[in-house]
Formats: sequence, structure tokens, C-alpha cells
Amino acid sequence: MAKIKPSKGSPYARIMGVGGYRPTRVVPNEVILETIDSSDEWIRSRSGIATRHWASPEETVTAMSIEASGKAIADAGLSPQDIDGVIVATVSHFKQTPAVATEIADKLGTGKPAAFDISAGCAGFGYGLTLAKSMVIDGSASHVLVIGVERLSDLTDLTDRATAFLFGDGAGAVIVGPAKEPMIGPTVWGSEGDKSTTITQTVPWTDYRDGAVERFPAIMQEGQAVFRWAVFEMAKVAQQALDAAGISAHDLDVFIPHQANMRIIDSMVKTLKLPEHVTVARDVETTGNTSAASIPLAMERLLATGQAKSGDTALVIGFGAGLVYAATVVTLP
Amino acid sequence: MAATQEEIVSGLAEIVNEIAGIPVEDVQLDKSFTDDLDVDSLSMVEVVVAAEERFDVKIPDDDVKNLKTVGDAADYIAKHQVAK
Repeated sequence: MAKIKPSKGSPYARIMGVGGYRPTRVVPNEVILETIDSSDEWIRSRSGIATRHWASPEETVTAMSIEASGKAIADAGLSPQDIDGVIVATVSHFKQTPAVATEIADKLGTGKPAAFDISAGCAGFGYGLTLAKSMVIDGSASHVLVIGVERLSDLTDLTDRATAFLFGDGAGAVIVGPAKEPMIGPTVWGSEGDKSTTITQTVPWTDYRDGAVERFPAIMQEGQAVFRWAVFEMAKVAQQALDAAGISAHDLDVFIPHQANMRIIDSMVKTLKLPEHVTVARDVETTGNTSAASIPLAMERLLATGQAKSGDTALVIGFGAGLVYAATVVTLP
Repeated sequence: MAATQEEIVSGLAEIVNEIAGIPVEDVQLDKSFTDDLDVDSLSMVEVVVAAEERFDVKIPDDDVKNLKTVGDAADYIAKHQVAK
């Protein structure tokens, strides 16, 4: 048997930079109320959402990704040529093949990076981050661009009073590169496919093509079941991620949960018994739920507004359709 | 020993007070969680999870929607709790 040379990577990985893009159009609850029988007070009390951004036809998945990625690359002090891996997490890019990651990589002016898309719903960013870390440590890439991007307004049923107000559009990106010490902790992740119907696309595309349904598919969810799982099961996963990183909640500076709903965030904070000094991302109020984009968008905003700073220790947790989840502790860039 | 109905109702009252800030004395058997006690669908989930822990009972999501009043919840818990 021939001896195969092992790959050589960096001992550890870190997030080197972050960038975000929010579409220009800000949509207040009043616009949502044109198509559902509800009220601003009801929407705010059930979700904490006051406004969200909806993309214009020009603000495509690719265009938003390029904006966010450019900022992340600059924030990392790199140039596009330094990027040799591109991972895009999304559920709302409507061209199945080729992967949108390749187009984004090309338009950014990177060389010939490994580029691919992943589908892990609202946990997509955590899944991408974990893959990127592994690539850097393995040595199969040195600087990986991880993008979470969604145009969920395309998958929203504006007549469904349970979800019409929830979703928003946007892109968030980070660069994962080499580090001398651990700056991304072990990932606690998994899936619970037995709960696949709690958050799901209404019907397959083919049903729509074949005329089996009149309405373009949308995302629907069982609110109470999702809430229970997100708050109580995900609090356990968050604790496991802290344990895996060898730290306690008292060591945390920042908590960045997936921005699903303010009620979920508030209840998670309570269940986790987070100390008061921990800054909690509450970007959902003005961004809505942007699925795979929500964590990097919230991270970028916390850093940009000075609510968090470089070097802070943050717990990030994504959870959503699958059901899938991913949690890890990171040092902020 | 399993909790008596009286113990269950007073336990539920404490839970509803903790989660929704409703005075304990307002939590009576005939009160509707949503209409009388201002417990919305998401707070109801928190009430259910707290009740599960307190009374050692499992209340699946499909059954939660049938628990309209405090009495419904107390009966459900009494019927399903694990006797100790």
C-alpha cells in the first residue's frame, strides 16, 4: 500500500471578519396588515418584530451576498484572491444548479476556490461555520468565506396570519481563517427528522409545476411546537456547547441566537439563566427572521454599534427547519 | 403520592403568576387561559413545560390545544401524572 501524505492545516481556526447587507426597502407592520387580519400590537407582542427588510428584484441572492462578502473580506484585512473556499447557506435561491456559491466566488474576483451551497435552514450559518473551521484545520483551505443569505419574502404567504410578519431578507458573511489558539469551539449539532413537518415548505416545487396547487410554495410552521422545541430543547444544546468549549455562562460576553422571534430569544435567555452582563442580540426587531443570514447579520450589527467588541466571547446557536441545530462558542472578530 | 386537584390548581396558579404575572387568586378552575388570564399561545407553552416539570407529566403539543381552561389543565394533569 502506498503511503499517502497527510494534509497539513492550521492548528486552530477563527472568524477573521464579518459583513452584512440589508435590503434598502424597510417594511413596517402596517404593510403586513394589508393582507392579514391582525394588529401592530399583536405582531409585536408575539414576535417582537417592528420592521423587516424586503429585497427588490435587483437585490438578488447573489447581489446581496457580494455586498456582505466584500465587507467581510475587507474587515478581515484580506483581498478576494485570498479566499480559497466559499460556502453559501440558503433555502431561498431558486436556481438549483449550479451552486450560487460559484457565481458569487467568480463575481467577487476570487481565484478558483472550492465553492458549494448547503441547505440547513436557520442552522445553515452554524453548519457552514463548522465546515469552514474543519477545512482550515484540515488544510484543504486557508480562508473560507461563509455566507448566510435569504430572500424569504419570496417564500412568505402574505395571507397566513401566523407567518406573514415573520420573515425578512438579507445576507451575512464571515471569513474563517487560521488561528494560533482555539477561537471557534466544538460544534454541538444535529437533526431531528421526526419533526420535519413542524417547519416546512408547503409543497414540493413539482406540485406547483403540475398544477396540484395554485399558490407558489411558502414556508409554514407549527408555532407552539416550534416555540417549545426552540426554547427548551435548544437551551440544552446551548448549554452543551458551553460545556464543550469548557466555559460557563459567566464567561460569556455575548449571546447570538438565531433571530427567529423575540419571544423565543427572551425565553431562551431565561431558561439558560444567562447573567445580566451578557449582551443579547435582538436584531429580529428591525430585521425579522432571515434564517441562515440572521446570526452573521446580528453579529455584524452588535460590533458596528459597539454593543460587542472584537475579542468578546460569544455563544451562537442556529435552529430551524429539519429540524436541525448547531451551536458553538466563538471569539468575535 | 400524586398531587391532589387542589395542589394542582395552586401549582398552576403559581406557574401562571410567574410566567404571565397574573395574581394567584385569579387562577380558578373555570378561567380560560387565553380569554380570562391573558396567557397567549406562546406563554401557554411555557406554562405547559413548567407544569410538566412540576407534576411529572408529559403534555404533548397535540394535547395543549385542548387545554382551554385551568380546569382542563388540572384534569389532564390529574389523569396523566405519574404516581410517586
